[in-house]
Amino acid sequence: MFDFFLLEAILNGLLFGGVLALLSLGLNLVFGVVDVVWIAYAELVMVGMYIIYTVNILLGWPLYVAAPLSIVGVSIVGLLVHRLVIEPILNTPPINQLLATGGLLFFLQSFATLIFGSQFRNIGLSLPVVEFFELYVSFARLLAFGVALVGIVGLYLFLRRTYIGTAIRAVAQDREMMGLMGVDTRKVYLITSAVGGALAGLASILLVLQQDVHPFIGLTFGPITFMICVLGGLGNLFGGFIAAFVISQVISIGSFYVSTELSYVIAFVLFIVAMFFRPEGLFQRRS
Amino acid sequence: MLKLQGLSAGYGSFQALWDIDLEIDAGEAVAVIGPNGAGKTTLLRAISGQIAPWSGSIELEGQDLRTLAPHRYVQAGIAHCPENRRLFPRMSVEDNLRMGGFIPDARKAYGERLEWVYGLFPRLRERRHQLAGTLSGGEQQMCAIGRALMSHPKLLLLDEPSAGLAPVIVMQVFDLVRRIRSEGFTVLIVEQNIRQALELADRAYLLEVGRVRLSGPVAELKGNEFLRQAYLGL
Amino acid sequence: MKRWLLLAGLAVLVAAPFAHPPQYFLHLAILILIWGMIGTSWAFMGRFGLVSLGHGGFVAVGVYTTALLWNVYGLMPWVGIPVGIAISLVLALAIGYPAFRFRVVGHYFALVTLAMGEVVRLSIIAARDVTGGSLGMTPARVQPPTDVSWYALQFTDKRYFYFLALGAWLLALWVWGRIDRSMARSALEAISEDEVASASVGIHVTWQKLRVTLISAAMTSLGGMLLGWYNQYLNPDSLSGIGISLEIVFAAIVGGMYMAPGPTIGALLTISFRESLRTYFGVQLIGMAETLYGLLLILFIIFMPRGIYGALYEWVQRRGQTPPKTPVAPPREPRPGTAEAR
Repeated sequence: MFDFFLLEAILNGLLFGGVLALLSLGLNLVFGVVDVVWIAYAELVMVGMYIIYTVNILLGWPLYVAAPLSIVGVSIVGLLVHRLVIEPILNTPPINQLLATGGLLFFLQSFATLIFGSQFRNIGLSLPVVEFFELYVSFARLLAFGVALVGIVGLYLFLRRTYIGTAIRAVAQDREMMGLMGVDTRKVYLITSAVGGALAGLASILLVLQQDVHPFIGLTFGPITFMICVLGGLGNLFGGFIAAFVISQVISIGSFYVSTELSYVIAFVLFIVAMFFRPEGLFQRRS
Repeated sequence: MLKLQGLSAGYGSFQALWDIDLEIDAGEAVAVIGPNGAGKTTLLRAISGQIAPWSGSIELEGQDLRTLAPHRYVQAGIAHCPENRRLFPRMSVEDNLRMGGFIPDARKAYGERLEWVYGLFPRLRERRHQLAGTLSGGEQQMCAIGRALMSHPKLLLLDEPSAGLAPVIVMQVFDLVRRIRSEGFTVLIVEQNIRQALELADRAYLLEVGRVRLSGPVAELKGNEFLRQAYLGL
Repeated sequence: MKRWLLLAGLAVLVAAPFAHPPQYFLHLAILILIWGMIGTSWAFMGRFGLVSLGHGGFVAVGVYTTALLWNVYGLMPWVGIPVGIAISLVLALAIGYPAFRFRVVGHYFALVTLAMGEVVRLSIIAARDVTGGSLGMTPARVQPPTDVSWYALQFTDKRYFYFLALGAWLLALWVWGRIDRSMARSALEAISEDEVASASVGIHVTWQKLRVTLISAAMTSLGGMLLGWYNQYLNPDSLSGIGISLEIVFAAIVGGMYMAPGPTIGALLTISFRESLRTYFGVQLIGMAETLYGLLLILFIIFMPRGIYGALYEWVQRRGQTPPKTPVAPPREPRPGTAEAR
């Protein structure tokens, strides 16, 4: 028997998965290439959301201006993160890099509190609910999914077809050989960081359509993004993509049967269990 | 064309090369032979910029290479086909070749160069979309050499191209190197397979424990008593 | 000479509360001691490369168990604490055993522990009917209300908590010393350098790692319980979750996690720094203190990864004889004779 509410949950899970997939792509990209986990990645998305809020609400400019500005803005932030925080400690043990981006997390959260205060801010966009074969879906969710899809396809084409994209893939596979190809790895890292930032900026557009922004919003989707990346194999773009949809379904269907928090708990527990069966993630890890 | 003078290099506190003098003229094929641990790979790495020399000079056509950043050596005209091939395993043959042609000069001529490399290695054209990690040993070597050729280097460095290959394939690889030579490329080849190396090269250097023990035209070296006894088993 | 100095210092610490210091300083001292203890416990693992980003989970498990048993069943903390520690041990075992058995290390281990911390936090929130969720909960006041209750470990006079915290802190340092002088230390140092090599010389890698993890978990939850009982307030977001876990790690790193006093010095520095910033900026510019704090943390990692104590120690050593302690992890030199060195 068709339980329409369950079907709705599945559909929403799918749409949510698109956003998570986009988030995981950015994190995986940077890790696969630079070999650093940006603990503060979700906070970069927060920055993007605040950019949109500032441009749209405080400056009064339309959304189709605010959105690209967010992508550009967070892209620049990504560049700065690499240049200022990562580069100085690139050859130190990974824990230092983890902690440095952790410090960045604090910094960004507090900075946001300083500038915007801890209230929830909204861009006040009210998008309709759409009916789809007797299923009710929020248009914001559909839009977000569509944009995420565009972003994902765009990234795919970039990595496959362009020289720099190919170089990025190559660095992830054999860093040492890059000098012999005439590639300046430093530049590749910077470009990757910028792309990672741009993806975060794109994700911020999707989220700002559906949620309020506040300084600690990163905590709501940060940990789950890490989890998805590790589940799919850290650095594995395809793995993360699949894992995102798996997890989003677990959460969505879980929320349907039990509470939302509990569904997250289930997802995390499943993750921990999966880790022990396949410590390198469900898919082959990139070396 | 390439001139090394008094080159010394090593890793950390370990010195691998002591006072090396080496020369290659355009169009020549020079072999560097010697036992394991002699420093042959270190020598190639110093020439391609992967490690910085401790002392001495490296000049290519009069230009002091030591002033260049490591990734600029390809631009200067030195292509290094490393030991163990080091292809990008999860990228296709064609993507690997494309990476070889990354530098701007090579990009402009990408189409023709690609065709030329496929002409040299028809087997690669057949497998152009196959993942490089799934190729056989011989095919991987061809792909690696092809990748190095994409930048149309002034000097091609080959590090143990015969390593891990079946004898029949080894002969094919050396035939290919001869063919590349006939197209006008200058080649510096490091090899443990001394016979093949001496068949191919014009001149050779014997490296032992980081120093040049013998050097000279191949004809001379083949007649050298020490070499014959120690390395050729004659 | 050193021994004498330490005993003198200890005497000062013990005598201090009797000199009627201002309540505010007593408050800070208690916090520093408790967080120093928690940081030291974290560093039991951290110093050997087992970086946990989920220690908040143990803090919360310890204190929430005690609080819930007290509030709901009236079980006194003397019973609650051991139960809390036991649950923490089970949690550490559940995560640790598979992790170490299947060689989950580095980034992966850190993120798995992060997940664990989050699970604890979300579970507490999910069980909001009992735990109060994000609004937090307070341990019930012992009935009939009294100023000094050893039964319920509730005291109006801060000085009781001071001595409890001091005792816990000294306990942590004592455990540190025991670990330092044991074979386990050499084993763990070997493991952190090269796991495979260690295993091949007969070191039981899984057991060594597990043991130090269990000790760390137990001590951390003890500290957590003290924290909650002192503050008379529990909150999942400030006790578990990534925020607090990172703070524990930071304090330990800032102070220097390779030496016994390090994490405590880190706690001292971070707490006093934050407090002074907070007093300076007051109610204006909310978030300025934390922003500077975050900035400083980043700068610290970049410029002083061995922490303040570590750096000082090194500086003193350099003027003397022995070579400095290892940095956060020794750099890898290519070994001569292998392919790398040719």
